[in-house]
Order: sequence, then C-alpha cells, then structure tokens
Amino acid sequence: MPIIRRALLGVALTLAALPAAAQDSIKIGYIDPLSGAFANVGELGVHHFQFAMDRINAKGGVLGKKLELVPLDSKANPQDTQIALKKVIDDGIRFVLQGNGSNVAHAIVDTLSKHNEREPAKAVLFLNYAAVDPALTNDKCSFWHFRFDADADMKMEALTNYMAKQQGIKKVYLINQDYSFGKAVAAAAQAMMKQKRADVQIVGDELHPLGKVQDFSPYVAKIKASGADSVITGNWGNDLSLLVKAAKDAGLNVDWYTYYAGGLSTPAAIGQAGKDRVKQITEWHSNVEAAALDEELDAYKKKYNEDFYFLRTRNLMEMLVKAFEQAKSADPVKVGIALEGMKHQTPTGEVYMRADNHQLIQPLFVSTMSAGMKRDVENTGLGFKTDGRIEAKDTETPTTCKMKRPSA
Amino acid sequence: MSEVALKTRAARTRAPVWLRAAVPWALAVLIILALPQLMTTSFGRTLLIEMGIAIVFAVAYNMLLGETGMLSFGHAIYFGLGGYAAVHVLRFIAAGLLLPVALLPLVGGLGGLVFGLLFGYLSTRRAGTAFAMITLGLMELVVALALIFDHLFGGEEGISGNRTSGPELFGITFGSQLHVYYLVAVWMLVSLALMRAFTRTPVGRLCNAVRDNPERVQFLGYDPSRIRLIAFAGSSFFAGVAGGLFAVNYELMAINSLGAERSALVLLMAYIGGIGSFLGPILGAVLVTFLQVALSDYTQAWLLYLGLFFVLVTLFAPNGLIGLVLMHGPIARAGLLHRLAAAYALALVPALLLAAGLIALVEINYRLAIRPELGPAMKLFGVAFDAKSATAWIVSFLLVGAGLLGLRAVAPRVAARWGETLEVARA
Amino acid sequence: MELVVFSLLNGVLYGLLLFMLSSGLTLIFSMMGVLNFAHASLFMLGAYLAYQIGRYTGFWPGLVLAPLIVGLLGAAIERWGLRTVHRFGHVAELLFTFGLALLIEEVVQLIWGRAPVPYTVPSSLDFAAFTLFGTTYPAYKVFMVLISIGMFGLLGLVLTKTRIGLIIQAALTHPDMVAALGHNVPRVFMLVFGVGSALAGLAGVIGGFALVTSPTMARTLGPIVFVVIVVGGLGSLTGAFVASLLIGIVQTFAVAIDFSLIDLLARFGVTVTRADTFYDLWRIKLAQLAPVLPYFMLVLMLIMRPRGLMGTRET
Repeated sequence: MPIIRRALLGVALTLAALPAAAQDSIKIGYIDPLSGAFANVGELGVHHFQFAMDRINAKGGVLGKKLELVPLDSKANPQDTQIALKKVIDDGIRFVLQGNGSNVAHAIVDTLSKHNEREPAKAVLFLNYAAVDPALTNDKCSFWHFRFDADADMKMEALTNYMAKQQGIKKVYLINQDYSFGKAVAAAAQAMMKQKRADVQIVGDELHPLGKVQDFSPYVAKIKASGADSVITGNWGNDLSLLVKAAKDAGLNVDWYTYYAGGLSTPAAIGQAGKDRVKQITEWHSNVEAAALDEELDAYKKKYNEDFYFLRTRNLMEMLVKAFEQAKSADPVKVGIALEGMKHQTPTGEVYMRADNHQLIQPLFVSTMSAGMKRDVENTGLGFKTDGRIEAKDTETPTTCKMKRPSA
Repeated sequence: MSEVALKTRAARTRAPVWLRAAVPWALAVLIILALPQLMTTSFGRTLLIEMGIAIVFAVAYNMLLGETGMLSFGHAIYFGLGGYAAVHVLRFIAAGLLLPVALLPLVGGLGGLVFGLLFGYLSTRRAGTAFAMITLGLMELVVALALIFDHLFGGEEGISGNRTSGPELFGITFGSQLHVYYLVAVWMLVSLALMRAFTRTPVGRLCNAVRDNPERVQFLGYDPSRIRLIAFAGSSFFAGVAGGLFAVNYELMAINSLGAERSALVLLMAYIGGIGSFLGPILGAVLVTFLQVALSDYTQAWLLYLGLFFVLVTLFAPNGLIGLVLMHGPIARAGLLHRLAAAYALALVPALLLAAGLIALVEINYRLAIRPELGPAMKLFGVAFDAKSATAWIVSFLLVGAGLLGLRAVAPRVAARWGETLEVARA
Repeated sequence: MELVVFSLLNGVLYGLLLFMLSSGLTLIFSMMGVLNFAHASLFMLGAYLAYQIGRYTGFWPGLVLAPLIVGLLGAAIERWGLRTVHRFGHVAELLFTFGLALLIEEVVQLIWGRAPVPYTVPSSLDFAAFTLFGTTYPAYKVFMVLISIGMFGLLGLVLTKTRIGLIIQAALTHPDMVAALGHNVPRVFMLVFGVGSALAGLAGVIGGFALVTSPTMARTLGPIVFVVIVVGGLGSLTGAFVASLLIGIVQTFAVAIDFSLIDLLARFGVTVTRADTFYDLWRIKLAQLAPVLPYFMLVLMLIMRPRGLMGTRET
C-alpha cells in the first residue's frame, strides 16, 4: 500500500501547510467561482474587494489590524461551496463574502445556520454582494446573512415604477431563461405591470432553456410579430448578448429593459447593437454624477485594466468597517448587530440596512447605453446614461422574514 | 529454478483462496478505521467523505468503461438522479416516513437503476463512438429538462433536506460528520464487494467478452446489446448509491450534480487511475478528489494541470497509473526493483526540469493574465522573481527545452533497462 | 404565411450554421473513424485567432490565416498525439481528444482571459443584404450560407470524384493495401485531420462573430454538433447536411408554436393550477422546448433508426 501511504502523507502535509491565523489581520473569506465557466465573474469580485481592502489598509486598517482577503473557489456549485466553508471555519475566518449564484448563497445560509447554532464560538457572518433571490431576505432569511444588492423583486419594483411613467410604452414582451430566476422575473413583471399600468398589454411571455439557444432570430421574429415596443428580460451572459445581436440583425426596434446588460463582458459582446436601446436597472453605473469616485475609478482601471463595476463592494466594505468600529470588536454577532439598521452615506446618497430582513435599501438607477458619455464601458465607446433615479425608500418591498437572532 | 523453489512457489499460490481474497479487504477496513483519527479537522474529514463517494462512483463507472468497453460522457445523470431520489425520500422521512436515513443510498441506487434501465435501453443499442455521443446527448437533455422542471429539481438552489430528521437508530443521528463518514465507509465497502463479485459472475465475464469481441459473443447466442444493458443498469445502480451518499453528506442536491462537469470528473478519475484493474479507479478517485479539493487552493490553474495530466496519461500510460505500478509486478516479485533505480533516477532529472518549467510558465501566465493585482513579484519553488522580467520567461523555456531533450535522450535507455530487467525476472 | 416563410428561412440559415460547424468533424470521422471531441475547441481557436489577426490586419487576411494555423495545429495533433494513441484503440483516441478539449479551453483562458473578446461583425459584411416583410437579413449570414454550401459541395466532390479522395477512402478500410501501393498512409491521415481542423477553424472565423467568442464557446457548441452528426448518421456527409437543415427548421418552427398541454387539457374542460404537482409538465409550451428538441430528435432517431438518417456503418 505504498501509494495510499504516500497520498496520506500528502494530505497530512497539505493540512499542516494551511496558513495559521495571523494575529495582526482580520481575515475575510471570499467564496465565488475561481475556475471553470464562471471564473471571470468570481475574479471580478476578488479584484473589487482586494481594491477596497487595500484602500482601507492604506488608511491604517480597522481596530489596529489590517484586512486580509482569502479567496476560495466555490466552483459555482453548492457542494464545493460547503467544502470551502469548512476551510473557512477550520481556518478561524469569521466573515465570508459571496455573490455569484443564488444556489451558492442558499448553501452558505443553510450551512452557516446549522454551524453557528452548533458552535456559536466559531460563528461566521455572511455578507452577500450580488445574489438576488428574494427568498434570502424573506422566507429563508437569517441573522447571519446581509445583502448589499437590491433583490430581483426590488429591482422589478423600481423598473416598473419607471416604466409606468413612460407613456410611450404600450406593449411589453417578456423573454426569460427557463429556470427559477428567469421565471421569478417574468412573474414579477406580469404582476407589477398590471398593477401599475393596467393599459399596458403584455403581448408575450416567453421562456427559453438556459444557455442552449445559439440563434435567437426565431424569437426576434416572434417579438416583431407581437408588435411590442419594449422587452423586459432577466437574461444574462450569452443569452442576453445573442438576443440583442439577433434583434439588431433583423432590424427590430424595441427598448430592452434588462438586469445585467451593464457589465461582466456583456456590453463588449453586445457592442453597437445596444446603442440607445439597451437599458439596465442597477444600484450604480459609471456615469452617475459622483465626483468623489473619479479618482477611484481611474485607479481601479489602471490597476486591473477593467472597469469598476460593483459600487456595492465599496459600500459593503465601508459599512463593515463602520460596524467593526461601532462594535469595537471583530466578533460576528456584535458586528451583525451593529450592521442592523445602520445608515451610511455613499456617493449615490444615503443607504440603510433594514433590521427586519437584513436587506440594504439604496437608490437605484435606470440607464441606457449611449454614445458620447464621459465614461464608456468595456472599451465599446458606449457608456450608460441615467434615465431615471428611483429613491431608496421607493424600492422597499414588504418582507415575510421572521428573523431568529442569536441569544448572545 | 530449483525444484524446491518451484514447490514453495506452488505452495504459495495454493494458499486458501478466501484468505488471499480477505487480506486486502481487512487492510482496507483498518485504513478506514484509522483515517479519521489521523485527520481530525472538519475539512480533512470532508475530504475523506468526498473520496469515499468518489470511489464508489468511479468503480461503478468502470463497470461500463473498463469492464464492458462503453465510454459514457454523461454518467453523472444516474449519480444525480439517484441523489435526487434520495433527497426527496429524505424529505418524506422528515415528514414522518419510517425509514432509517442509513438506507438512503439504497434509495439512490434504485433511482439510478430505474433511469439506467430507461436510458440504457435507448443507448445500449449502439456501442463505441455512437454510444458515447448518445450519452452526451442524453445528458444535455436531462440537464435542460431538470432546469425546466423546477418543482422536482428545486431550480437553481436545488432540493435540501435534513439528515438528522430520521428515526434514531442505535444512537446514530448523523448530526456528526463522523457518523456520515462511517456510513459512507460501510456503503463503500459493501458496494465495492458487490461490484467485485459482479465481475466474477458469468455475466461479468460476458461483459468483458462484449468489450473485446462482440461478434463472437453474438455467435455464441448472446445478445451483446442485452449484456451492455445489464452492465449499464448495474453501473447506474451503484452510481445512484454514490449519489445517495452524496445527498446524505451535503443534505442538498442541485442540478450541477447531474451535469457535464461531474460526468467528466468521473471519467478522469477512472482513466487516470487505470480502467484495466479494479484498484485503478479507486486510486484515481482518491487522487483526483485530492487534486480537485486541495490543489484548487494553491493554484487557480488546477484544471489546466488536471487536463495536462490526463492527456499525458492517454498518451503514455493507457492503463493508467495503476498500470504503471502493475507493470513492475514481475520485477518486484523477483526482487529486482533496485536494478531499475539508477535508470529511473536518471529519467527523474529531466522529468523534474520539464515539470518545473511548465509549472513556471503556467503560473507566470496566470499571475499576469488573471491576478494582476498581486503584482509581478512572485515566488515559486522558493525562488522569488519578477513575472514580467525576460529572465523568468527565458529560464522557464530553457527548463522546458532541457527537460524535453533530456527525456528524449533518456527514454530509450530506461526502456531498454526495463526490458532487460524483465527478462532477468522472468528467467 | 409570413410566419412560415420566416421560419423556413431562419431555419435554413441556422441549419447551415450547424452544418458549417460539423462538416470538419464529419470529414474526420468518415475518413479516419476518429470522433474528434476537440472539434468545437478547434472551432473556438479559429474564432480567437481570427479576432487576434483581425486586430492587426482586418478581417479578410484572418479568414485565410486562422483556418491555416488551426489546420497546421490539427496536423501536429495528429502527428504527435493521435498517432501515438491510435494503437490503444478508438476509446483511447476519443479520450485523448477529450483531454485536449479540456486543455485548449484552459489555454485559451490563459492567453485571451476568461471574459469574451469583442470580436464583432467586420464592417465589410455589416449591412442589411435584403429585407423581407420589414425584417432585415444581414450580409454576414448570406456569406455564411455561401461558405457552408461551398464546404458541402467541395468536400463531396473531393471525396467521391478525385484520386486523392479515393485513396483516403481506401486508406481507412484497407490501410495495408494502400500502403503496399506506395501511398504514405500516415501522411494521408495527417492531411485529413489537418483539413478537418482547418474547416473547424474556418467555421470559427465566421461563427466567432455570429455568436459570442468566449472560452465557454466550445463547451456550449460541442453537444449540438455531435447531435447533428449522430442524427445524420455517423460518417455521412450528406446525412450531416440533411440533419443540420432538419434540426434548424424543426427548432425554428417549434419556437413559433405557443401550444402547451394546458391548452390541450382546456379543450377537454380540465383546468390546471400552479399548485398541481405536475404543473411544470403541463405548462411547457412547445416553443419553450425548441432548443432542446434536437436532443429529443436524437433519442427518437435511436428508437426508430439507430444508425441515423444516412448512416452506413454500425459502430
């Protein structure tokens, strides 16, 4: 059995080699895909958080300690996420960041709820910067989870508020990916449009398999035949790029109301096909007037050779630091309590963390891909131009959360 | 060889069969009992559990690939559907169904078997390349449908359960990780024993025959596609058992567990370990799981290394790593291994140079292309250098070049030495 | 009427895209009996190379150079890879190309990064070629049709009517005899693999801007290409052509049909609510399943006619 013995030795060595927790830093775990098909998204997050932490550390860190980012690979699936969480726990890390994939977010919430109850002394707090499933702050809400992005329903609320005011909109077509998120977007759009503008007709509600369509021209033909003037879609990645490109090829003139057109390589793939047509709903885009950010955006672009995209990573880190200071401790429970109800000034205005479901409430923006903007996206020559700002309080949605707080 | 020697040799081979068969199993049990004492961190034990599950899956997969010669690119659907069956039953248990959680892997196995029979009936009518393509198409179909049927498959976040919700049996609640470990261990041993036994049955032998010469099997009056179906169903059953264990361990099944990645991984495990022997996939499962779980912390290029390793195995070691080990069997029995030491040591030098050069190139590229924020200053093999400097690149390329040339020069000598030694050993 | 014309036209266009993708694969399989799993990866390489070359020289030189480079690479893969693996059998060959696909995907990420690259329609092909009932059809699609049909015609001609084609065909079934007649069989195989790869590269040059050029390209396109050649009958060029068109047209027509089991049940006076366990099954419209239909066709084909539309061999 020499092979087995050697393998064992290897395992033992590896485990011994895991870095011991250093005393002079606060470690923050980051669990997102770092290999495989979604690695580019995970790496974008690493860059943003590393950038934010570098700036905080340059100002002397927090509680006299430096912040240290520990990236771990979720491999975009809930099981490997659990393994990564085991490493986080073994390593004595008390805070984790995650954003890509609501499935992964749910896995973290589930695992942490069990773990934190069993071993309160090693409790871990989860800060979510991009997983938008509404359930995470409703039925499945947890004290250990804080979300810094608006959830899918809040975005639809804001989007339909804006659309309701556009008198030109008469016929709306819905096209979404056939899985839980796409279906949730379609259902929310149906319900909210009806409620806000009964005169608007929903002329189509299409679902197509996720990531399987290479040629969207038949769908475009259908949209055209329906006479729609606007399309709402939760599509992301290739499913969005190919759709918009096919529409341009066929000469279809509609406005695209999207969630994810603004980054993650989609603008580059859409290119000129999106000009004046593609709109997005986000918490921020690079042409939101905020002089305070100019220097940071340039510094980021210079360092990583890519666009700064997630303002919420900056908000998240600032609020976390504030919570550390208010709690005068890096204990997750105290930090969590400090975060509840926290108000914070950001470059886009005041935001606050709802105490009842741990959802950050912030202003949202509807914007359109346009030429001649100060900052373009992904070297396309097109940048996003604000069409409308939805105030923070108008994005709040009712919650079904019944939060259980730790007794400590 | 003297007469005495011949006699002792004959005596050795005539040692009771059951005893010789029992020794490896006893050893395996000992190792299984010892391992969790050596690895006490929760991550370490997770790794062990993952390995156990992977072993069952890889050996089940090899019932197809190694034993029957059928290459499947989509075997994770039986793993995944079995797991889904198990997790659904787990929810029924929470709702009051009286079934011990320890039997969930059997539920998984039955789930795998049902779908194995269904899809197997369609796909085993063809063999070879066409069969491989069909498995790929079926996998795409199942994954696409699973995403659409989100009541059954839980959509993006999957279906979760609670393994502690079952009736308590002998004080085992599966709340602790160690309980899960032993559950996996027992099911692994039972599954391995059954799969091993299957290869010894007449049907198992027929599977080998179908792999080697389907025409002749047909000539003997058996229907090769029937036998392929039997092998397929058996393999799906044990893949489902592995899926059931997976469901118990993670208390969660999501669509990723029946897709392309897991299917590819099990193929890599079986083939890297060696599809020609029973031990091969076991070795492969342990190794690949270790790489996948542990290496991914050290380098983001782990998939690249895994792919490269796999290509090298297909090129130079068609019988897998275990094949390389077994190749030395006759020489080791003759006690002549030391004669190879010098030749191997000689080959090791250029091999290490080549590996070092390749790793340096890959890591430099990853640093520059993917983690630019860490800056060009890197450390590799204890040497600090600047990733952007020409020296780093030149040295890496020189290492690769020297390694390649060296290997080319040394390879014939090593091969000759090996041949010679084998001759001596056989004499 | 409009709908039928559109669907037919879109279907044919999509079908020809599929054929363009799969022609090189069919060539290699029919001549060498090797199913090249890395075919879609070579296609992806073609797209990336065309993008890279295009940045320096514009589109047209890339159209020639990228397939050439991919073809040479293919020849090298045959010479130093496949030839070694060949003696271990077809499964080993398939596995080798499978490993190669993994490797190429990772290497592409290393060189061009993990995000898609902005490979867009070249300006010389970026205009509306014709308009039909108010819908425009871009010039690059017309160009793609020409390339695709050209591939089909040329391959068919070369293989059945020319001397080299006959030698290639003979080398597959009787390599020893062909070698005895003084032909260098390994070199013939190298040539075939190179040409097949070059075809993949050429398809990539055009597919790259028609689709999205990203490292996941190979992974998303691989399966559909395999479906095409299995449905067409492994190794049959005409079969692949017919299957491509069939899949393209069926899929496109299906998108246009909004009909679900709920509608069918409603006709018999049965209503289904969201609470129903099998609601997912009832609610599915044919349109929703359209992109999955090729896989259904694969399964159906296996039940009805296991050797495919025009397959001649039982492998």
